Amino acid sequence: MDKVLDQYEAKVYKNRKKHMVTVDHTLETPQEIAANVRTVPGMLTHRGCCFAGCKGVVVGPLKDALAIVHGPIGCSFYTWGTRRHKARAGEDGLNLVPYTFSTDMRETDIVFGGEKKLMAAIEEGIELFHPNAVMICSTCPVGLIGDDIHAVAARAEEKFGVKCIAFSCEGYKGVSQSAGHHIASNQFIRRVIGEDDTPPTGKYSVNVLGEYNIGGDGWETERLLRRCGIEVVSVMTGDGSVADMRRAHTAGLNLVQCHRSINYIAEMMNTQYGIDWIKVNFVGVNATCKSLRAIAQYFGDAALVDRVEAVIIDEMEIIDEDLQYYRGKLKGKTAALYVGGSRSHHYQQLLRDFGVSTVLAGYEFAHRDDYEGREVKDSIKIDADNKNIENITVAPVDGKYHVRFSPEKLEELKRDIDVFEYYGGMIKEMGNGTLMVDDLNHFETEEFVKMLKPDVFFSGIKDKFVLQKGGILSRQLHSYDYQGPYAGFRGAVNFGHDLVMGLYTPVWSKVVPPWRTEPALAGTIGGEE
Amino acid sequence: MLEATPRDSVMERHALVANPAKTCQPVGAVYAALGVHGVMPHSHGSQGCIAFHRMFLTRHFKEPAMASTSAFTEGASVFGGGANLKTAVKNIFDIYDPDVIAVHTTCLSETIGDDLHAFVSAIEVPEGKRVIYCSTPSCVGSHVTGFSAMAAGFVEHMAEKTGEPTGKVMVVPGFVNPADMRETKKYLEAFGIDYTMMPDTTGVMDAPMTGTFELYPKGGTPLAEVEALGDAAYSFALGTWASAGCANALKRKHGVDFAELGLPIGVGATDDFVMALARHADHRVPEALEVERGQLVDCMIDAHQYLDGKRVAICGDPDTVIGLVRFVLECGMVPAFVGTGTPGGDFAGAVEAVLDEAGFDRAACWYKAETDYFEMHQRIIQEPVDLLLGPSLWKQIAKAEDVPLVRCGFPVIDRYVHPYIPLVGYKGALQLLQRMADALMDRQDRDCEDCDLEFVM
Repeated sequence: MDKVLDQYEAKVYKNRKKHMVTVDHTLETPQEIAANVRTVPGMLTHRGCCFAGCKGVVVGPLKDALAIVHGPIGCSFYTWGTRRHKARAGEDGLNLVPYTFSTDMRETDIVFGGEKKLMAAIEEGIELFHPNAVMICSTCPVGLIGDDIHAVAARAEEKFGVKCIAFSCEGYKGVSQSAGHHIASNQFIRRVIGEDDTPPTGKYSVNVLGEYNIGGDGWETERLLRRCGIEVVSVMTGDGSVADMRRAHTAGLNLVQCHRSINYIAEMMNTQYGIDWIKVNFVGVNATCKSLRAIAQYFGDAALVDRVEAVIIDEMEIIDEDLQYYRGKLKGKTAALYVGGSRSHHYQQLLRDFGVSTVLAGYEFAHRDDYEGREVKDSIKIDADNKNIENITVAPVDGKYHVRFSPEKLEELKRDIDVFEYYGGMIKEMGNGTLMVDDLNHFETEEFVKMLKPDVFFSGIKDKFVLQKGGILSRQLHSYDYQGPYAGFRGAVNFGHDLVMGLYTPVWSKVVPPWRTEPALAGTIGGEE
Repeated sequence: MLEATPRDSVMERHALVANPAKTCQPVGAVYAALGVHGVMPHSHGSQGCIAFHRMFLTRHFKEPAMASTSAFTEGASVFGGGANLKTAVKNIFDIYDPDVIAVHTTCLSETIGDDLHAFVSAIEVPEGKRVIYCSTPSCVGSHVTGFSAMAAGFVEHMAEKTGEPTGKVMVVPGFVNPADMRETKKYLEAFGIDYTMMPDTTGVMDAPMTGTFELYPKGGTPLAEVEALGDAAYSFALGTWASAGCANALKRKHGVDFAELGLPIGVGATDDFVMALARHADHRVPEALEVERGQLVDCMIDAHQYLDGKRVAICGDPDTVIGLVRFVLECGMVPAFVGTGTPGGDFAGAVEAVLDEAGFDRAACWYKAETDYFEMHQRIIQEPVDLLLGPSLWKQIAKAEDVPLVRCGFPVIDRYVHPYIPLVGYKGALQLLQRMADALMDRQDRDCEDCDLEFVM
């Protein structure tokens, strides 16, 4: 680590040092990492912006909402079909995921304001699609010119009788995508969740929070839950809908897959409706088993526990042969992971199923609690760059707050289920001597690769060809390289297949042309052999 | 696919853009900057923009697209991004050591009115290094406009006049793939014309696999050549929207005259290019080019019955679209719908000129600038077509309406190898002819009754 840092000048050295940790579990005090602070200009970061976190990640997957990007065209264009949150039309036949919408702000809109155009765009969109809601997402210039998108949303809602929600997710807010998650969560709590009291029909019901159905992950997760007899009320937000989300408060339990993006909603729903949450992980075979068991344990019904065990046995039997085969091909390999705010941790568990060890892992925009565990949450200081991200306080909702368990029983659950309203973070599962790096930049990527020589580097599209040009396989863990699902039991097999395919593709042996290693010309040079 | 699109009528929209046929300026500026050797493109805005732009270039070329950012925070957005740029420049030279940092802007820094000239003048730049810049407000034009602005920026900030003519011509190749730039260079070399192509992404966005990653790959216009452009004899701007701005800048600054040509797509447009080169070089047309041309025309005659009368919808960047319309007409096809998302310039006039030249009834072609894929889809539903020509963004409509798509232009993000295959020149037209005929003939094979399946076609 020092070898990399030593190449920086003093100021950068001081900054970046805090974002790197060599994991050491023998220390008495837990290790700390700097995270969720501003990006250093010019470092070639991989981070995106608040808009991407709000519209691209959380709002975009909702299929029955018309998401209008208020801004110049780019932000809308770049969030069109590029993140693979899959969706199928629901009962109302509506699926707007294959579209992208924009007010396409021009110079005149910047000068004279874009509110009128936004209003007209909402009207046109409603007339065309009759969506269940309109979501207005603002971009950089909107906040600067002072367009009041919340006022426009309120007027439009009154005028057209369709729910209109505004998200002030200008790209410059916060320091990364993370601010956008928070802004989106706040509006869902305020304006969507809790509106429709239609109860679930099944005995056990859940919401899946922070699951965006990339490559069908959410569908695989839902399939497993349904097999176990667990009803899924809503998924936030992969293949999700406003219609489902309005009933989310009627579910029995919240499952949190992506802690970073959605823990706000889990906490607030707990306060408002008394719904407990557990941190699940459906990436990885053992992780999936553990998550299913934790759900059964929470509901505490012997029949459910038995059913879950039966499903696990059956699913494991189906994949066992494939799993063994891929494990044989992968055991002993090493990996580095650099993904957004949750997968760098989750996928370590899947890799472990195949005998692959992790030598380096980092997040683009996670906070300290994602690295170190929720126990550090109260000690996190909100700095100047993040302090303007609205933190809303909620209270129990009259008539809709239900206590699920007695305080004594809750204590017992907390003791028995280690993921009950708790996330331990990434560091606890990383091996001694491995590296944890926050907001890894291009320079560090190259240096660490030289040093650690991992067999595979899991990252995103901006990195992929950099790494592969250097001779190292890179698999994307955002887009799954257009494959998937990778969640659940079947997903694990898909992942194993793709990783083996990548490592063993015959082309790697062709990188060096034969004339580089053996003489192509016979003869003498300068009279010498 | 696209079930939510109303099929009964076309709605005239004035405010809502759906499925845009353009993106914003900076991505074009990054592409142009990557076409000069040893340059680090830099985005002066919040970091989300450059993440998106790098993502799109990488997805199109399946290559790294390196670029840095000022990474604005809310504070900088209110009080100005001067300090961010200063820090960025220092870090970039320290850590990534480019010869030049080429700065472009975003809607953020443009809206707050950051004065790049003042910022850059105040920044300490290491000996022998440079920082250049251009203004690329996302609320004006499109990615093509950004390409044009950055190319012009290189001329404005770097081209010098010593008074000693180099005899070279500047060639601005347009917003095209590296393969097109290679093909264009082949024509210049065939005439023995000494040239500087700028920008030139050959060797950068089509770099070979060697087992070593190069932050600044071998390709790109050499800096010394960019600097010497002030002494150039003449320029060729291929494409009005993407290239004329750069040639104009060189004329304004150093009085270098230029010819503005269309992108050489198809027979006539390539002929125009060849004629212009022949006149400039005062050189007969090399036989090799005449053979290529003859081969192209030969194949067009051979295959004409599969193309004749086929209705085509074309959408994409204006220079490319105009070229495609011209070629499609040469093939006896019908350009039924023609659109671009890029505003500015006289798109309608350019389409009309091409239609008139071919003697094609203007009324039989629907054409529009500042349209989007949603509108074009609605029109295609009303009057179906046989073929779609343009970027990957057509693919939803291709699936929804069961119409074959031939991918060309930017971005093509769902296929491999295409940046290595030219669209321009006689060779490019030959490839396009083959792909169009293949698409239509595959469709005939697929759709015909078994007894009608032809072995020979």
